[in-house]
Amino acid sequence: MPARLKLFMPLILFIILAVFLVRGLSLDPKELPSALIDKPFPEFSLSALGSSEVLDKAAVSGEVALFNVWATWCISCRAEHPYLTELAKRGVAIYGINYKDEDAAALAWLDELGDPYLASIADHDGTLGLDLGVYGAPETYLVDANGLVRYRHVGVVNERVWSNVLQPIYEQLKNGKAN
Amino acid sequence: MVRICSLVLLLLTLPALAVIETYEFSDSALEKRYRALSEELRCPKCQNQNIADSNAPISQDLRRLLYEQLEQGASDDEIRQYMVDRYGEFVRYRPSFSGVTIFLWMAPMLLLTAGVAIAVMTLLGRKQATDTTEALSEEEQLKLKAILDKAESNQ
Repeated sequence: MPARLKLFMPLILFIILAVFLVRGLSLDPKELPSALIDKPFPEFSLSALGSSEVLDKAAVSGEVALFNVWATWCISCRAEHPYLTELAKRGVAIYGINYKDEDAAALAWLDELGDPYLASIADHDGTLGLDLGVYGAPETYLVDANGLVRYRHVGVVNERVWSNVLQPIYEQLKNGKAN
Repeated sequence: MVRICSLVLLLLTLPALAVIETYEFSDSALEKRYRALSEELRCPKCQNQNIADSNAPISQDLRRLLYEQLEQGASDDEIRQYMVDRYGEFVRYRPSFSGVTIFLWMAPMLLLTAGVAIAVMTLLGRKQATDTTEALSEEEQLKLKAILDKAESNQ
């Protein structure tokens, strides 16, 4: 009987391997959880886009908000922009982090396409981006009323991402605050 | 002609400058640590390259940061922790030894032990198998004798 079992060993090993490989097919290796989940949004002190006003963490916290990392050199950001404008119209608080960009180009962009942001942080050198763990634009962070980072979405925010991923967390955080 | 040639040669060297920036270290020990750390830290954007090999903007930023921190006198562990705090355990090609990574670290040992165990068991089994075939039991010897006798008488 053990000899019989030995004959089946390759099959058993194959099945175990196959289970892992099949699981691997449905995993997205590009999906990196942010290291900042449930940790405070980093402190910063940077000028507002196109003005001498200095923004810090206190100026942009206090309510559930999205922090959208964008730049004029980022092509997907242009695709994302109309949907952010739409979200802003629906009353979602969105702050912009203009990541490693030129002020003039960024202002022209907002002039042309509309400005969905409550405030725009000009992160010329990417220091805030570094503290946030940004590795490419666009990225969007969902921050709660206590200034804790709750979710990070890498890539374009569109209708599908909003209603499937971000909105449920957003609503939950909003309602949690109301209670 | 010489001028044109030297201009062409000069232009040919441009790609070499473009690939990766160089930093002047105040101490050659720092440069060594820079090399080691930049090979150990993984580019968050490109994922299968370390920051030493990657030309992604984020890797350039991280190399600059690494340089600055080394010059400021940060220890290797402080720098690693700084990166992990921002980009997660993911940025380390050599993950720390913790509950999550214990299997990762132990797997080579476990597999080696399992391999040796299987090899030993197989060899012992084979020896036993040959031992049993060498000696026939009394009954078997009688049987064999009967068969041989039968074959002989048939000739």
